[in-house]
Amino acid sequence: MLSKKSLLDIESLDLEDIKLILSNTDSFLEISKREVKKVPTLRGKTVFNLFFEVSTRTKTSFEIAAKRLSADIINFSAANSSIKKGESVVDTLKTILSMKVDLIVIRHSDSGTARMIDGFVNVPVINAGDGKHQHPTQALLDLYTIKKRFGDFKGLKVAIVGDFIDSRVARSDISLFEKMGMDITIVSPAMFLPEDFSELKVRYQIDDVIEDCDILYMLRMQFERQDRKFYPSIMEYKRFLGLDMGRLKRMRPGSIVMHPGPVNRGVEISDEVMDVGGKLAERIVIEEQVTYGLAVRMAILYLILG
Amino acid sequence: MEKTQILSENDIDRVVKRISHEILERNKGSESLVFIGVQKRGIPLANRIAENIGKFEGTSLKTGKLDIAFYRDDIGKNIKPGVRITDIPFDIEGKNVILVDDVLYTGRTVRAALDALIDFGRPRSIQLVVLIDRGHRELPVRADYVGKNLPTSRSEAVEVRLKETDGVDSVTLVKKKE
Repeated sequence: MLSKKSLLDIESLDLEDIKLILSNTDSFLEISKREVKKVPTLRGKTVFNLFFEVSTRTKTSFEIAAKRLSADIINFSAANSSIKKGESVVDTLKTILSMKVDLIVIRHSDSGTARMIDGFVNVPVINAGDGKHQHPTQALLDLYTIKKRFGDFKGLKVAIVGDFIDSRVARSDISLFEKMGMDITIVSPAMFLPEDFSELKVRYQIDDVIEDCDILYMLRMQFERQDRKFYPSIMEYKRFLGLDMGRLKRMRPGSIVMHPGPVNRGVEISDEVMDVGGKLAERIVIEEQVTYGLAVRMAILYLILG
Repeated sequence: MEKTQILSENDIDRVVKRISHEILERNKGSESLVFIGVQKRGIPLANRIAENIGKFEGTSLKTGKLDIAFYRDDIGKNIKPGVRITDIPFDIEGKNVILVDDVLYTGRTVRAALDALIDFGRPRSIQLVVLIDRGHRELPVRADYVGKNLPTSRSEAVEVRLKETDGVDSVTLVKKKE
């Protein structure tokens, strides 16, 4: 039902695919609200969760999505370090394919792995994050979250803030948000910006955008890829890029704060903001992103296998 | 293509009223009744019937929406458009569920709808209403209330149009030219 067999990146989805995923997600959201949270839709299908890189929420989200649709799911995790590029992945795949699986969900620390294995297997492949390249299901759940809040996308002002250098989430989001006609501003110091971002609207401090955006998308500081020392100190990061209570209060009425998780508390978002109550709490949609992410992944599994 | 009108707006109105009376008669009142329409033209029909019975009884009755896509028996075999909303905002446990669809044909939709309903609880009974029964059953399914029995051939199509979904009320039989 999607125009492509596999979901590898945002670029290869056409507008109809995106609309189909968004319009179907409402129905899948309903399943998780039932007392019996399971439908027989994908009974007899086997999904392989192939994770060569650590992940909690994406892996769990795919697992629950498959289970609520009655598919069988097998989790495979491999420590990043022990895998030699290419060769071992292909060997692993050969083993999996001889067990007759119907779909492969893959995460890998090397960009392009999803596309590489898609060329190698004849079952559909879903990219659950490949290196610094793409994380399409994250972008789609972000888009769905925005749809639930704003209804439409055209002209919405999005500020994406933080560490772009290795961010596959940012790449997928920018590509998808642009497709939907949103107005994107990148907020990041120059040393966090990959070269190919130079055509985008760039600001250097969160204060430049805080009063003038509908969506504040906070990226995660990627400490695990910090063998590079691009940023002088956490103090400085907080001062120029962090979201604290003062800044949260200055945001427009109706605006929202998003984050792909897991949040580094006290770095990109302060503890106070994470635990805020009352009216201001309505602005933080990080938990909604997780809830909607499950429904979006159910819709994608259905649209690929159903 | 040759089109023959089977039911006009007035016919549909009379049929829906008649079925409303039959439901009330058979269930001896409306107390335990809830109405669930199958996506998508079963929904306006369910609403009309519930409204009629509500008027007769001077009460308001509960209606829900059911989509059967999750329970199809041809998943992965036939390409189908996406999934519509299921919304049953009440407990069906112990209720007499009036399940409403526009056309009864192979019986596969009803089979899927029954499976779907059972996932929501254990109703006291499920009774089936269809506007048109066009025959050609592939499963042992029958309706409890039928608007009109319409003998058809498999090459024909029954087009149901309702004001809520299509702007007009009509049922037409479409013969495809060989």
